[in-house]
Amino acid sequence: MPKITYKDHQGTSKTIEVENGLSVMEGAIQKEIPGIDADCGGSMACATCHVYVDDKWFDKIPKAEDAEIDMIDMAFEPKKNSRLSCQIIVNEELDGLEVTTPEKQT
Amino acid sequence: MKQTDVIIIGAGPVGLFAVHQLGIKGLKAVVIDNLDKAGGQCIELYPDKPIYDIPAVPECTGEQLTTRLLEQIKPFKTELFLNERVDEVKQEKDNWVVKTNNKNQFTAPNIIIAGGVGSFEPRKISLKEAEKLEGKSVFYTVKNKEHFRNKKISIFGGGDSALDWALELSKFSRITLIHRRNEFRGAQHTLSEIRNLEKEGKVSIKTPCQIESLDNEKELKSITIKFDDGKTEKIQTDVILGFFGLIMKLGPIAEWGLNMDKKTIEVNSENFETNKKGIFAAGDICSYPGKLKLILSGFHEVALASVECFKRARPNEKYRFEFTTSSKIIHDRLGKK
Repeated sequence: MPKITYKDHQGTSKTIEVENGLSVMEGAIQKEIPGIDADCGGSMACATCHVYVDDKWFDKIPKAEDAEIDMIDMAFEPKKNSRLSCQIIVNEELDGLEVTTPEKQT
Repeated sequence: MKQTDVIIIGAGPVGLFAVHQLGIKGLKAVVIDNLDKAGGQCIELYPDKPIYDIPAVPECTGEQLTTRLLEQIKPFKTELFLNERVDEVKQEKDNWVVKTNNKNQFTAPNIIIAGGVGSFEPRKISLKEAEKLEGKSVFYTVKNKEHFRNKKISIFGGGDSALDWALELSKFSRITLIHRRNEFRGAQHTLSEIRNLEKEGKVSIKTPCQIESLDNEKELKSITIKFDDGKTEKIQTDVILGFFGLIMKLGPIAEWGLNMDKKTIEVNSENFETNKKGIFAAGDICSYPGKLKLILSGFHEVALASVECFKRARPNEKYRFEFTTSSKIIHDRLGKK
């Protein structure tokens, strides 16, 4: 199973295995990773699963749809490498992916 | 204090359908919502997006669904208290007393919480100085546009609110429109009007950049914005208007003594009552084994909750299950002959 690393804004990191086909958000919720709230349950209707994707991974994941980019406007301190983790679907190629959660989600 | 049978918190689709299910049973309700209009997430998050899983409605938008629900509950003449957030819930004997931030008070034997993910509130600038100046020179809504006359205004955001207000306030104020990326998601015809004003030198547009600091001593004088390439720029500003969209906050619900599971309220799946007798939760905000956050699940949940509401509101009457197709009493309540 691919391993995904979640870091918080202070640098504390946790690496977990996430099943192929689940989103990076779902993986975090299952293992209760703090900092990913996912209020809307993954329907791209909130921005509480917002993460910063590590630069070396950003171009390797499929690009965000317009609706996701619009929603990121509403996230806490969006940056160039911002994504909604509910829209990143885990597969073998993402083994080793690193994301950082923002200081807060609301 | 207003007395009713059921206080419904949340005017989203589930809260509105609750009015219907209670109404056909002869129960009176009031609906309270923090937004300025009915519809909840359907109106605020996806008014134009089609929904495909409302039974017998192959396709409708969030706005259409809301309009139809409002039409469906018209016969019950239910009062909607909008722009109001429920702050306090207290027990008084067999009744619940609800207080809002507008100092309105309601009392009823039943409360149905159909609060979605909580109340919508504007996302704010996370700088400390912005917090201090909120309400003085930092605003997230425009209540009276006269307050913004003859000012130097920096408007943040890329959606319709930011564009509409930039256009409107540019009639009598100096506007700088600032957004974190080059694309604006608001209506493109509004954007092209603003671009024209920019050419005439009446509006400045700054992208892609974000706020770096507020430069003030007691009074806001200017702000510093930082572009993606690292450059910064000082902009003369008396007033900041931030339109970063709305976020959903659970808010005071967490303090009412209800059993919670993260941000949801635990209920039983027979009548959707919480651990407090007479307080029910339905729609996205409730949780029970197998819960699905679908509008149709919320409709089912309030239908069942309304039966228990009837028993509590009319303890001396016997509840009779009736169909809308055949019940004369229901036809009367719906104003049908």
